Amino acid sequence: MYEGAIQDLIDELGQLPGIGPKSAQRLAFHILSADPADVHRLAGALNRVKELVRFCNLCFNVAESDTCRICRDPRRGTEVICVVEEPKDVVAIEKTGEFRGRYHVLGGAINPLEGIGPDQLRVRELLTRLRDGEVKELILATDPNTEGEATATYLALLIKPMGLSVTRLASGLPVGGDLEYADEITLGRAFEGRRAL
Amino acid sequence: MHARHLELIDFRSYEKLTIELEAGPSVFVGPNGQGKTNLLEALGYVATLGSHRVAADAPLVRSGAERAIVRSTVVNDARELLVELEIVPGKANRARLNRAPATRPRDILGALRMVLFAPEDLSLVRGDPAERRRFLDELLVARQPRYAGVRSDYERVVKQRNALLRTAYLSRKTGAGSRDLSTLDVWDNHLAQHGAELLAGRLELAAELRAPMSRAYEAVSQGKGHADMAYSSSLGDDLPAANRSLLTAQLLEALAQARTQEIERGVTLVGPHRDELKLTLGDLPVKGYASHGESWSYALAMRLASFDLLRAGGIEPILALDDVFAELDTGRRERLAELVSTAEQTLVTCAVAGDVPAALQGARYDVHEGEVRRVL
Repeated sequence: MYEGAIQDLIDELGQLPGIGPKSAQRLAFHILSADPADVHRLAGALNRVKELVRFCNLCFNVAESDTCRICRDPRRGTEVICVVEEPKDVVAIEKTGEFRGRYHVLGGAINPLEGIGPDQLRVRELLTRLRDGEVKELILATDPNTEGEATATYLALLIKPMGLSVTRLASGLPVGGDLEYADEITLGRAFEGRRAL
Repeated sequence: MHARHLELIDFRSYEKLTIELEAGPSVFVGPNGQGKTNLLEALGYVATLGSHRVAADAPLVRSGAERAIVRSTVVNDARELLVELEIVPGKANRARLNRAPATRPRDILGALRMVLFAPEDLSLVRGDPAERRRFLDELLVARQPRYAGVRSDYERVVKQRNALLRTAYLSRKTGAGSRDLSTLDVWDNHLAQHGAELLAGRLELAAELRAPMSRAYEAVSQGKGHADMAYSSSLGDDLPAANRSLLTAQLLEALAQARTQEIERGVTLVGPHRDELKLTLGDLPVKGYASHGESWSYALAMRLASFDLLRAGGIEPILALDDVFAELDTGRRERLAELVSTAEQTLVTCAVAGDVPAALQGARYDVHEGEVRRVL
Protein backbone atom coordinates (compact mmCIF):
# COMPACT_ATOMS: atom_id res chain seq x y z
CA MET A 1 0.00 0.00 0.00
CA TYR A 2 1.20 3.48 -0.89
CA GLU A 3 0.09 6.67 0.78
CA GLY A 4 -2.65 9.02 -0.33
CA ALA A 5 -2.81 10.22 -3.91
CA ILE A 6 -0.64 7.59 -5.55
CA GLN A 7 -2.67 4.74 -4.03
CA ASP A 8 -5.90 6.51 -5.09
CA LEU A 9 -4.61 6.62 -8.66
CA ILE A 10 -3.58 2.94 -8.55
CA ASP A 11 -7.03 1.98 -7.26
CA GLU A 12 -8.78 4.00 -9.95
CA LEU A 13 -6.64 2.61 -12.77
CA GLY A 14 -7.18 -0.88 -11.40
CA GLN A 15 -10.91 -0.50 -12.09
CA LEU A 16 -10.28 -0.36 -15.85
CA PRO A 17 -10.86 -3.47 -17.94
CA GLY A 18 -7.75 -5.55 -18.56
CA ILE A 19 -5.72 -3.69 -15.92
CA GLY A 20 -4.55 -5.75 -12.97
CA PRO A 21 -2.90 -4.44 -9.77
CA LYS A 22 0.63 -4.68 -11.22
CA SER A 23 -0.27 -2.84 -14.42
CA ALA A 24 -2.15 -0.19 -12.43
CA GLN A 25 0.95 0.38 -10.34
CA ARG A 26 3.18 0.67 -13.40
CA LEU A 27 0.81 3.13 -15.07
CA ALA A 28 0.50 5.20 -11.89
CA PHE A 29 4.25 5.57 -11.52
CA HIS A 30 4.59 6.34 -15.19
CA ILE A 31 2.06 9.16 -14.78
CA LEU A 32 3.87 10.37 -11.67
CA SER A 33 7.16 10.69 -13.51
CA ALA A 34 5.66 12.12 -16.71
CA ASP A 35 5.85 15.73 -17.85
CA PRO A 36 3.10 17.82 -16.13
CA ALA A 37 1.85 19.07 -19.52
CA ASP A 38 1.29 15.50 -20.70
CA VAL A 39 -0.59 14.63 -17.53
CA HIS A 40 -2.81 17.69 -17.93
CA ARG A 41 -3.58 16.70 -21.50
CA LEU A 42 -4.55 13.20 -20.33
CA ALA A 43 -6.73 14.58 -17.53
CA GLY A 44 -8.34 17.01 -19.97
CA ALA A 45 -9.08 14.18 -22.43
CA LEU A 46 -10.68 12.15 -19.65
CA ASN A 47 -12.89 15.06 -18.62
CA ARG A 48 -13.87 15.96 -22.16
CA VAL A 49 -14.86 12.44 -23.07
CA LYS A 50 -17.61 12.49 -20.45
CA GLU A 51 -18.62 16.10 -21.14
CA LEU A 52 -18.66 16.13 -24.90
CA VAL A 53 -19.31 12.62 -26.11
CA ARG A 54 -22.94 11.70 -26.35
CA PHE A 55 -24.90 9.08 -28.12
CA CYS A 56 -26.50 9.87 -31.44
CA ASN A 57 -30.27 10.36 -31.10
CA LEU A 58 -30.92 8.24 -34.15
CA CYS A 59 -28.44 5.40 -34.24
CA PHE A 60 -26.86 5.51 -30.75
CA ASN A 61 -23.36 5.58 -32.11
CA VAL A 62 -20.95 7.82 -30.18
CA ALA A 63 -21.25 11.44 -31.33
CA GLU A 64 -20.27 14.96 -30.32
CA SER A 65 -23.65 16.52 -31.02
CA ASP A 66 -27.26 15.30 -31.09
CA THR A 67 -26.65 13.25 -34.18
CA CYS A 68 -23.50 11.48 -35.30
CA ARG A 69 -21.38 12.21 -38.34
CA ILE A 70 -22.87 9.34 -40.30
CA CYS A 71 -26.51 10.21 -39.60
CA ARG A 72 -25.84 13.85 -40.55
CA ASP A 73 -24.22 12.92 -43.87
CA PRO A 74 -26.82 13.60 -46.62
CA ARG A 75 -24.91 11.44 -49.11
CA ARG A 76 -25.63 8.31 -47.12
CA GLY A 77 -28.70 6.33 -48.09
CA THR A 78 -31.62 6.02 -45.72
CA GLU A 79 -33.02 2.82 -47.22
CA VAL A 80 -30.60 0.42 -45.59
CA ILE A 81 -29.83 0.12 -41.89
CA CYS A 82 -27.00 -2.03 -40.59
CA VAL A 83 -27.58 -3.26 -37.03
CA VAL A 84 -24.46 -3.75 -34.90
CA GLU A 85 -23.75 -4.47 -31.24
CA GLU A 86 -21.20 -1.78 -30.34
CA PRO A 87 -19.85 1.52 -31.71
CA LYS A 88 -16.55 -0.22 -32.46
CA ASP A 89 -18.39 -2.44 -34.93
CA VAL A 90 -19.44 0.70 -36.83
CA VAL A 91 -15.77 1.65 -37.15
CA ALA A 92 -14.92 -1.85 -38.39
CA ILE A 93 -17.59 -1.75 -41.09
CA GLU A 94 -16.75 1.85 -42.05
CA LYS A 95 -13.18 0.74 -42.75
CA THR A 96 -14.46 -1.54 -45.51
CA GLY A 97 -15.89 1.46 -47.37
CA GLU A 98 -18.54 -0.90 -48.75
CA PHE A 99 -21.55 0.26 -46.83
CA ARG A 100 -23.19 3.58 -47.71
CA GLY A 101 -26.31 3.32 -45.53
CA ARG A 102 -26.94 4.15 -41.89
CA TYR A 103 -26.30 2.20 -38.70
CA HIS A 104 -28.13 1.24 -35.55
CA VAL A 105 -26.08 0.43 -32.45
CA LEU A 106 -27.90 -1.94 -30.08
CA GLY A 107 -25.50 -1.53 -27.18
CA GLY A 108 -24.88 -5.25 -26.73
CA ALA A 109 -26.50 -8.59 -27.49
CA ILE A 110 -29.18 -10.70 -25.83
CA ASN A 111 -27.42 -12.49 -22.98
CA PRO A 112 -29.63 -14.00 -20.25
CA LEU A 113 -26.57 -15.04 -18.21
CA GLU A 114 -25.76 -11.35 -17.78
CA GLY A 115 -29.38 -10.33 -17.46
CA ILE A 116 -29.53 -8.62 -20.86
CA GLY A 117 -32.79 -9.00 -22.77
CA PRO A 118 -34.36 -6.96 -25.59
CA ASP A 119 -35.50 -4.33 -23.07
CA GLN A 120 -31.91 -3.58 -22.12
CA LEU A 121 -30.96 -3.06 -25.79
CA ARG A 122 -32.05 -0.31 -28.17
CA VAL A 123 -34.61 -2.49 -29.88
CA ARG A 124 -37.62 -0.25 -29.29
CA GLU A 125 -35.69 2.66 -30.79
CA LEU A 126 -34.92 0.55 -33.85
CA LEU A 127 -38.60 -0.26 -34.34
CA THR A 128 -39.43 3.44 -34.11
CA ARG A 129 -36.92 4.17 -36.87
CA LEU A 130 -38.46 1.56 -39.12
CA ARG A 131 -42.00 2.83 -38.70
CA ASP A 132 -41.95 5.63 -41.31
CA GLY A 133 -41.44 3.11 -44.11
CA GLU A 134 -38.37 4.76 -45.58
CA VAL A 135 -36.13 1.84 -44.64
CA LYS A 136 -36.30 -1.08 -47.10
CA GLU A 137 -33.54 -3.39 -45.89
CA LEU A 138 -32.06 -4.32 -42.55
CA ILE A 139 -28.61 -5.91 -42.39
CA LEU A 140 -28.01 -7.81 -39.15
CA ALA A 141 -24.30 -7.54 -38.36
CA THR A 142 -24.22 -8.81 -34.80
CA ASP A 143 -21.26 -10.98 -33.76
CA PRO A 144 -21.16 -14.54 -35.14
CA ASN A 145 -21.34 -16.13 -31.67
CA THR A 146 -24.20 -17.71 -29.71
CA GLU A 147 -25.47 -14.41 -28.29
CA GLY A 148 -25.07 -12.48 -31.54
CA GLU A 149 -26.91 -15.16 -33.48
CA ALA A 150 -29.73 -15.20 -30.94
CA THR A 151 -30.05 -11.41 -31.21
CA ALA A 152 -30.14 -11.63 -35.00
CA THR A 153 -32.83 -14.33 -34.92
CA TYR A 154 -34.87 -12.32 -32.44
CA LEU A 155 -34.75 -9.20 -34.60
CA ALA A 156 -35.52 -11.16 -37.75
CA LEU A 157 -38.61 -12.73 -36.17
CA LEU A 158 -39.73 -9.31 -34.99
CA ILE A 159 -39.09 -7.32 -38.14
CA LYS A 160 -39.73 -9.65 -41.08
CA PRO A 161 -43.53 -9.42 -40.60
CA MET A 162 -43.19 -5.66 -41.20
CA GLY A 163 -42.40 -6.43 -44.83
CA LEU A 164 -38.73 -5.44 -44.81
CA SER A 165 -35.97 -7.45 -46.34
CA VAL A 166 -33.80 -8.75 -43.51
CA THR A 167 -30.33 -10.10 -44.23
CA ARG A 168 -27.52 -11.54 -42.14
CA LEU A 169 -23.78 -11.19 -42.76
CA ALA A 170 -22.23 -14.32 -44.25
CA SER A 171 -19.77 -16.34 -42.19
CA GLY A 172 -17.01 -18.55 -43.45
CA LEU A 173 -13.45 -18.46 -44.64
CA PRO A 174 -11.20 -15.42 -44.29
CA VAL A 175 -10.22 -13.92 -47.63
CA GLY A 176 -6.59 -13.88 -48.72
CA GLY A 177 -5.58 -16.82 -46.59
CA ASP A 178 -4.85 -20.38 -47.48
CA LEU A 179 -7.54 -23.00 -47.06
CA GLU A 180 -5.09 -25.23 -45.19
CA TYR A 181 -4.63 -22.64 -42.45
CA ALA A 182 -8.30 -22.29 -41.62
CA ASP A 183 -9.19 -24.01 -38.38
CA GLU A 184 -11.41 -27.03 -38.76
CA ILE A 185 -14.44 -25.43 -37.13
CA THR A 186 -14.47 -22.45 -39.50
CA LEU A 187 -13.73 -24.68 -42.47
CA GLY A 188 -16.44 -27.13 -41.39
CA ARG A 189 -18.98 -24.31 -41.20
CA ALA A 190 -17.88 -22.87 -44.50
CA PHE A 191 -18.53 -26.31 -45.99
CA GLU A 192 -22.02 -26.35 -44.57
CA GLY A 193 -22.75 -22.83 -45.82
CA ARG A 194 -21.35 -23.41 -49.32
CA ARG A 195 -23.13 -21.77 -52.25
CA ALA A 196 -23.83 -22.76 -55.82
CA LEU A 197 -21.87 -20.97 -58.55
CA MET B 1 0.69 -44.72 -36.78
CA HIS B 2 3.16 -45.39 -34.03
CA ALA B 3 5.27 -43.38 -31.62
CA ARG B 4 8.99 -43.93 -32.22
CA HIS B 5 10.34 -41.76 -29.47
CA LEU B 6 9.05 -40.28 -26.24
CA GLU B 7 10.75 -37.66 -24.13
CA LEU B 8 9.42 -36.30 -20.84
CA ILE B 9 10.78 -33.42 -18.82
CA ASP B 10 9.30 -32.73 -15.38
CA PHE B 11 6.16 -34.69 -16.26
CA ARG B 12 4.62 -36.35 -13.17
CA SER B 13 7.35 -38.46 -11.54
CA TYR B 14 9.81 -38.08 -14.40
CA GLU B 15 12.49 -35.43 -14.16
CA LYS B 16 13.95 -36.40 -17.49
CA LEU B 17 13.19 -39.46 -19.55
CA THR B 18 13.94 -40.52 -23.09
CA ILE B 19 12.75 -43.83 -24.49
CA GLU B 20 12.78 -45.29 -27.96
CA LEU B 21 9.68 -47.20 -28.97
CA GLU B 22 8.85 -49.36 -31.93
CA ALA B 23 5.84 -50.63 -33.82
CA GLY B 24 4.13 -53.76 -32.51
CA PRO B 25 3.38 -54.60 -28.90
CA SER B 26 5.41 -53.06 -26.07
CA VAL B 27 4.89 -54.00 -22.44
CA PHE B 28 5.84 -51.81 -19.49
CA VAL B 29 6.29 -53.84 -16.32
CA GLY B 30 6.91 -52.60 -12.82
CA PRO B 31 5.51 -52.52 -9.28
CA ASN B 32 2.72 -50.09 -8.37
CA GLY B 33 3.50 -46.39 -8.22
CA GLN B 34 6.60 -46.50 -10.41
CA GLY B 35 5.27 -44.36 -13.27
CA LYS B 36 3.92 -46.81 -15.87
CA THR B 37 0.61 -45.05 -16.35
CA ASN B 38 2.39 -41.68 -16.54
CA LEU B 39 3.93 -42.76 -19.83
CA LEU B 40 0.55 -43.51 -21.40
CA GLU B 41 -0.92 -40.40 -19.83
CA ALA B 42 1.77 -38.25 -21.46
CA LEU B 43 1.06 -39.66 -24.91
CA GLY B 44 -2.67 -39.38 -24.25
CA TYR B 45 -2.22 -35.72 -23.34
CA VAL B 46 -0.57 -35.02 -26.68
CA ALA B 47 -3.41 -36.87 -28.42
CA THR B 48 -6.32 -35.14 -26.67
CA LEU B 49 -4.78 -32.11 -24.89
CA GLY B 50 -6.12 -33.48 -21.64
CA SER B 51 -5.34 -36.14 -19.09
CA HIS B 52 -7.59 -39.16 -18.66
CA ARG B 53 -6.96 -39.07 -14.91
CA VAL B 54 -7.22 -35.44 -13.80
CA ALA B 55 -9.10 -32.38 -15.01
CA ALA B 56 -6.50 -29.80 -13.93
CA ASP B 57 -2.96 -29.65 -15.27
CA ALA B 58 -1.17 -28.95 -11.98
CA PRO B 59 -0.74 -32.64 -10.96
CA LEU B 60 0.97 -33.33 -14.31
CA VAL B 61 3.95 -31.15 -13.48
CA ARG B 62 6.61 -32.65 -11.22
CA SER B 63 6.43 -30.95 -7.85
CA GLY B 64 8.93 -28.11 -7.71
CA ALA B 65 8.98 -27.62 -11.48
CA GLU B 66 7.11 -24.88 -13.34
CA ARG B 67 6.30 -26.64 -16.55
CA ALA B 68 6.28 -30.10 -18.04
CA ILE B 69 7.38 -30.94 -21.55
CA VAL B 70 6.24 -33.93 -23.60
CA ARG B 71 7.98 -34.58 -26.88
CA SER B 72 7.23 -37.43 -29.22
CA THR B 73 8.20 -38.48 -32.71
CA VAL B 74 5.25 -40.05 -34.45
CA VAL B 75 5.57 -42.19 -37.56
CA ASN B 76 2.60 -42.28 -39.89
CA ASP B 77 2.92 -44.02 -43.25
CA ALA B 78 6.72 -43.82 -42.96
CA ARG B 79 6.55 -40.05 -42.48
CA GLU B 80 7.88 -38.67 -39.21
CA LEU B 81 6.37 -35.84 -37.25
CA LEU B 82 7.83 -34.33 -34.09
CA VAL B 83 5.17 -33.11 -31.67
CA GLU B 84 6.12 -31.06 -28.63
CA LEU B 85 3.88 -29.80 -25.91
CA GLU B 86 4.76 -27.58 -23.01
CA ILE B 87 2.27 -27.86 -20.16
CA VAL B 88 2.12 -24.80 -17.92
CA PRO B 89 -0.56 -25.04 -15.21
CA GLY B 90 -2.77 -21.98 -15.04
CA LYS B 91 -1.51 -20.68 -18.36
CA ALA B 92 -1.92 -21.53 -22.00
CA ASN B 93 0.03 -24.55 -23.16
CA ARG B 94 2.51 -24.14 -25.99
CA ALA B 95 2.85 -26.59 -28.83
CA ARG B 96 5.32 -27.15 -31.64
CA LEU B 97 5.08 -29.31 -34.73
CA ASN B 98 8.38 -30.28 -36.36
CA ARG B 99 10.03 -27.51 -34.32
CA ALA B 100 7.72 -24.81 -35.71
CA PRO B 101 5.47 -23.19 -33.10
CA ALA B 102 1.78 -23.89 -33.57
CA THR B 103 -0.55 -20.91 -33.28
CA ARG B 104 -2.83 -22.75 -30.88
CA PRO B 105 -2.22 -26.03 -29.07
CA ARG B 106 -5.40 -27.25 -30.81
CA ASP B 107 -3.46 -27.32 -34.07
CA ILE B 108 -1.50 -30.38 -32.98
CA LEU B 109 -4.64 -32.47 -32.51
CA GLY B 110 -4.53 -35.33 -34.98
CA ALA B 111 -0.73 -35.43 -35.12
CA LEU B 112 -0.83 -38.25 -32.61
CA ARG B 113 -3.93 -40.36 -32.39
CA MET B 114 -4.43 -42.77 -29.57
CA VAL B 115 -7.18 -44.89 -28.08
CA LEU B 116 -6.51 -45.42 -24.41
CA PHE B 117 -8.20 -47.93 -22.17
CA ALA B 118 -7.63 -47.28 -18.48
CA PRO B 119 -9.17 -48.42 -15.19
CA GLU B 120 -11.03 -45.06 -15.11
CA ASP B 121 -13.08 -46.32 -18.07
CA LEU B 122 -15.10 -48.52 -15.75
CA SER B 123 -17.17 -45.38 -15.18
CA LEU B 124 -18.26 -45.61 -18.84
CA VAL B 125 -20.33 -48.58 -17.77
CA ARG B 126 -21.07 -47.84 -14.14
CA GLY B 127 -21.08 -44.04 -14.07
CA ASP B 128 -23.72 -41.43 -14.87
CA PRO B 129 -25.17 -40.97 -18.36
CA ALA B 130 -22.91 -37.91 -18.68
CA GLU B 131 -19.88 -40.24 -18.92
CA ARG B 132 -21.38 -42.07 -21.88
CA ARG B 133 -22.44 -38.83 -23.57
CA ARG B 134 -18.88 -37.59 -23.22
CA PHE B 135 -17.57 -40.86 -24.67
CA LEU B 136 -19.76 -40.37 -27.75
CA ASP B 137 -18.96 -36.66 -28.10
CA GLU B 138 -15.22 -37.16 -27.81
CA LEU B 139 -15.25 -39.88 -30.44
CA LEU B 140 -17.43 -37.67 -32.63
CA VAL B 141 -14.90 -34.83 -32.39
CA ALA B 142 -11.98 -37.20 -33.05
CA ARG B 143 -13.63 -38.31 -36.30
CA GLN B 144 -15.06 -34.95 -37.38
CA PRO B 145 -13.44 -31.94 -35.65
CA ARG B 146 -16.38 -29.76 -36.75
CA TYR B 147 -18.38 -31.29 -33.90
CA ALA B 148 -16.16 -29.52 -31.37
CA GLY B 149 -17.88 -26.32 -32.51
CA VAL B 150 -21.35 -27.89 -32.56
CA ARG B 151 -20.85 -29.21 -29.06
CA SER B 152 -19.64 -25.93 -27.54
CA ASP B 153 -22.37 -23.94 -29.33
CA TYR B 154 -24.99 -26.29 -27.98
CA GLU B 155 -23.65 -26.14 -24.42
CA ARG B 156 -23.61 -22.34 -24.60
CA VAL B 157 -27.23 -22.20 -25.80
CA VAL B 158 -28.36 -24.52 -22.99
CA LYS B 159 -26.60 -22.31 -20.44
CA GLN B 160 -28.18 -19.12 -21.77
CA ARG B 161 -31.59 -20.72 -22.02
CA ASN B 162 -31.38 -22.03 -18.44
CA ALA B 163 -30.47 -18.53 -17.24
CA LEU B 164 -33.52 -17.15 -19.03
CA LEU B 165 -35.81 -19.83 -17.59
CA ARG B 166 -34.51 -19.10 -14.10
CA THR B 167 -35.18 -15.35 -14.35
CA ALA B 168 -38.60 -16.10 -15.84
CA TYR B 169 -39.36 -18.34 -12.88
CA LEU B 170 -38.20 -15.73 -10.38
CA SER B 171 -40.11 -12.89 -11.99
CA ARG B 172 -43.26 -15.01 -12.13
CA LYS B 173 -42.92 -15.75 -8.46
CA THR B 174 -42.59 -12.07 -7.61
CA GLY B 175 -45.42 -11.21 -10.00
CA ALA B 176 -43.28 -9.18 -12.39
CA GLY B 177 -45.00 -10.70 -15.39
CA SER B 178 -43.69 -12.82 -18.22
CA ARG B 179 -41.84 -10.19 -20.27
CA ASP B 180 -38.60 -12.12 -19.87
CA LEU B 181 -40.02 -14.91 -21.95
CA SER B 182 -40.19 -12.86 -25.14
CA THR B 183 -36.86 -14.27 -26.28
CA LEU B 184 -37.48 -17.88 -25.28
CA ASP B 185 -38.67 -18.73 -28.80
CA VAL B 186 -35.34 -17.54 -30.14
CA TRP B 187 -33.40 -19.77 -27.77
CA ASP B 188 -35.74 -22.66 -28.59
CA ASN B 189 -34.85 -22.24 -32.26
CA HIS B 190 -31.14 -22.23 -31.59
CA LEU B 191 -31.35 -25.11 -29.15
CA ALA B 192 -33.26 -27.15 -31.71
CA GLN B 193 -30.82 -26.35 -34.52
CA HIS B 194 -27.60 -27.08 -32.65
CA GLY B 195 -29.28 -29.90 -30.72
CA ALA B 196 -30.42 -31.60 -33.93
CA GLU B 197 -26.91 -31.34 -35.32
CA LEU B 198 -25.37 -32.92 -32.23
CA LEU B 199 -28.12 -35.50 -31.96
CA ALA B 200 -27.74 -36.52 -35.60
CA GLY B 201 -24.00 -36.94 -35.12
CA ARG B 202 -24.48 -39.06 -32.02
CA LEU B 203 -27.20 -41.22 -33.59
CA GLU B 204 -25.04 -41.96 -36.61
CA LEU B 205 -22.07 -42.72 -34.40
CA ALA B 206 -24.03 -44.98 -32.03
CA ALA B 207 -25.37 -46.90 -35.01
CA GLU B 208 -21.86 -47.37 -36.39
CA LEU B 209 -20.43 -48.38 -33.02
CA ARG B 210 -22.99 -51.08 -32.34
CA ALA B 211 -21.63 -53.89 -34.47
CA PRO B 212 -17.91 -53.44 -33.65
CA MET B 213 -18.79 -53.17 -29.96
CA SER B 214 -20.82 -56.41 -29.94
CA ARG B 215 -18.05 -58.11 -31.91
CA ALA B 216 -15.36 -56.93 -29.51
CA TYR B 217 -17.32 -58.03 -26.47
CA GLU B 218 -18.10 -61.39 -27.98
CA ALA B 219 -14.47 -61.91 -28.86
CA VAL B 220 -13.21 -60.97 -25.41
CA SER B 221 -15.86 -62.98 -23.56
CA GLN B 222 -15.94 -65.77 -26.12
CA GLY B 223 -19.67 -65.67 -26.66
CA LYS B 224 -20.71 -65.28 -23.04
CA GLY B 225 -23.56 -62.84 -23.54
CA HIS B 226 -24.53 -60.48 -26.31
CA ALA B 227 -23.54 -56.86 -25.71
CA ASP B 228 -25.63 -54.19 -27.36
CA MET B 229 -26.05 -50.43 -27.17
CA ALA B 230 -28.89 -48.13 -28.09
CA TYR B 231 -29.02 -44.37 -28.09
CA SER B 232 -31.94 -43.28 -26.01
CA SER B 233 -33.05 -39.72 -26.64
CA SER B 234 -35.28 -37.50 -24.56
CA LEU B 235 -37.28 -37.26 -27.80
CA GLY B 236 -38.06 -40.97 -27.75
CA ASP B 237 -36.66 -43.82 -29.79
CA ASP B 238 -36.62 -44.50 -33.54
CA LEU B 239 -35.33 -41.09 -34.58
CA PRO B 240 -34.49 -40.26 -38.18
CA ALA B 241 -30.72 -39.92 -37.86
CA ALA B 242 -29.97 -38.61 -41.31
CA ASN B 243 -32.75 -36.04 -41.37
CA ARG B 244 -31.57 -33.02 -39.43
CA SER B 245 -34.52 -30.81 -40.33
CA LEU B 246 -36.93 -33.45 -39.06
CA LEU B 247 -34.95 -33.72 -35.82
CA THR B 248 -35.05 -29.94 -35.46
CA ALA B 249 -38.83 -29.99 -35.87
CA GLN B 250 -39.18 -32.79 -33.31
CA LEU B 251 -37.01 -30.94 -30.82
CA LEU B 252 -39.08 -27.78 -31.26
CA GLU B 253 -42.27 -29.72 -30.69
CA ALA B 254 -40.87 -31.37 -27.55
CA LEU B 255 -39.73 -27.99 -26.24
CA ALA B 256 -43.20 -26.55 -26.79
CA GLN B 257 -44.72 -29.41 -24.81
CA ALA B 258 -42.23 -29.15 -21.97
CA ARG B 259 -42.38 -25.37 -21.68
CA THR B 260 -44.64 -25.02 -18.61
CA GLN B 261 -42.67 -27.63 -16.76
CA GLU B 262 -39.38 -26.04 -17.80
CA ILE B 263 -40.41 -22.65 -16.45
CA GLU B 264 -41.50 -24.26 -13.20
CA ARG B 265 -38.18 -26.00 -12.76
CA GLY B 266 -35.94 -23.41 -14.36
CA VAL B 267 -33.94 -25.86 -16.48
CA THR B 268 -33.97 -27.15 -20.03
CA LEU B 269 -35.55 -30.59 -19.90
CA VAL B 270 -35.36 -31.60 -23.57
CA GLY B 271 -32.31 -32.07 -25.76
CA PRO B 272 -29.20 -34.17 -26.26
CA HIS B 273 -27.80 -33.04 -22.91
CA ARG B 274 -30.42 -35.27 -21.26
CA ASP B 275 -29.87 -38.31 -23.47
CA GLU B 276 -28.38 -41.65 -22.59
CA LEU B 277 -26.47 -44.40 -24.32
CA LYS B 278 -28.11 -47.56 -23.03
CA LEU B 279 -25.81 -50.53 -22.62
CA THR B 280 -27.20 -54.02 -22.33
CA LEU B 281 -25.78 -57.47 -21.86
CA GLY B 282 -28.21 -60.12 -22.99
CA ASP B 283 -31.60 -58.85 -21.84
CA LEU B 284 -30.32 -56.91 -18.84
CA PRO B 285 -28.85 -53.46 -18.46
CA VAL B 286 -25.13 -53.56 -17.69
CA LYS B 287 -25.32 -50.99 -14.94
CA GLY B 288 -26.33 -52.74 -11.73
CA TYR B 289 -26.42 -56.24 -13.21
CA ALA B 290 -23.07 -57.04 -14.75
CA SER B 291 -20.25 -58.44 -12.62
CA HIS B 292 -16.99 -56.57 -12.20
CA GLY B 293 -15.25 -58.65 -14.85
CA GLU B 294 -18.16 -58.25 -17.26
CA SER B 295 -18.27 -54.48 -16.73
CA TRP B 296 -14.54 -54.34 -17.30
CA SER B 297 -14.81 -56.32 -20.52
CA TYR B 298 -17.71 -54.12 -21.59
CA ALA B 299 -15.79 -50.86 -21.12
CA LEU B 300 -12.90 -52.46 -22.95
CA ALA B 301 -15.19 -53.45 -25.83
CA MET B 302 -16.34 -49.82 -26.14
CA ARG B 303 -12.75 -48.62 -26.44
CA LEU B 304 -11.88 -51.38 -28.90
CA ALA B 305 -14.91 -50.41 -31.00
CA SER B 306 -13.70 -46.78 -31.02
CA PHE B 307 -10.34 -48.07 -32.17
CA ASP B 308 -12.02 -50.00 -35.01
CA LEU B 309 -14.02 -46.99 -36.15
CA LEU B 310 -11.03 -44.66 -36.11
CA ARG B 311 -8.94 -47.23 -37.92
CA ALA B 312 -11.64 -47.64 -40.57
CA GLY B 313 -11.50 -43.85 -40.98
CA GLY B 314 -8.06 -44.17 -42.55
CA ILE B 315 -5.47 -43.35 -39.88
CA GLU B 316 -4.76 -46.07 -37.40
CA PRO B 317 -4.41 -44.80 -33.84
CA ILE B 318 -1.98 -46.11 -31.26
CA LEU B 319 -3.69 -48.51 -28.85
CA ALA B 320 -2.82 -48.14 -25.19
CA LEU B 321 -4.02 -50.56 -22.52
CA ASP B 322 -3.38 -49.42 -19.01
CA ASP B 323 -3.39 -52.20 -16.43
CA VAL B 324 -6.07 -54.11 -18.29
CA PHE B 325 -4.93 -57.72 -17.86
CA ALA B 326 -4.92 -58.03 -14.08
CA GLU B 327 -8.74 -57.84 -14.05
CA LEU B 328 -9.37 -60.47 -16.71
CA ASP B 329 -9.39 -64.25 -16.48
CA THR B 330 -6.86 -66.23 -18.51
CA GLY B 331 -9.29 -66.94 -21.37
CA ARG B 332 -10.22 -63.29 -21.76
CA ARG B 333 -6.57 -62.24 -21.62
CA GLU B 334 -5.64 -64.58 -24.47
CA ARG B 335 -8.50 -63.43 -26.68
CA LEU B 336 -7.85 -59.75 -25.99
CA ALA B 337 -4.21 -60.28 -26.94
CA GLU B 338 -5.28 -61.92 -30.17
CA LEU B 339 -7.72 -59.13 -30.91
CA VAL B 340 -5.21 -56.34 -30.52
CA SER B 341 -2.29 -58.13 -32.18
CA THR B 342 -3.26 -56.55 -35.52
CA ALA B 343 -2.79 -53.00 -34.21
CA GLU B 344 0.23 -51.16 -35.57
CA GLN B 345 1.37 -50.25 -32.07
CA THR B 346 0.04 -51.47 -28.75
CA LEU B 347 1.37 -50.10 -25.48
CA VAL B 348 0.54 -52.18 -22.42
CA THR B 349 1.26 -51.61 -18.75
CA CYS B 350 1.06 -54.24 -16.05
CA ALA B 351 2.41 -54.90 -12.57
CA VAL B 352 3.17 -58.59 -13.09
CA ALA B 353 4.84 -59.69 -16.31
CA GLY B 354 3.12 -63.07 -16.20
CA ASP B 355 -0.30 -61.42 -16.68
CA VAL B 356 0.52 -60.49 -20.25
CA PRO B 357 -0.28 -63.27 -22.72
CA ALA B 358 2.44 -64.63 -24.95
CA ALA B 359 0.84 -63.14 -28.08
CA LEU B 360 1.69 -59.65 -26.81
CA GLN B 361 5.29 -60.36 -25.84
CA GLY B 362 7.06 -57.83 -28.01
CA ALA B 363 9.42 -55.26 -26.63
CA ARG B 364 9.58 -55.17 -22.84
CA TYR B 365 10.52 -52.33 -20.55
CA ASP B 366 11.12 -52.36 -16.82
CA VAL B 367 9.76 -49.33 -15.02
CA HIS B 368 11.35 -48.72 -11.65
CA GLU B 369 11.47 -45.50 -9.61
CA GLY B 370 11.11 -43.22 -12.58
CA GLU B 371 13.61 -45.12 -14.74
CA VAL B 372 12.50 -46.97 -17.84
CA ARG B 373 14.87 -49.64 -19.14
CA ARG B 374 14.41 -51.83 -22.17
CA VAL B 375 15.00 -55.46 -21.19
CA LEU B 376 13.80 -57.42 -24.22
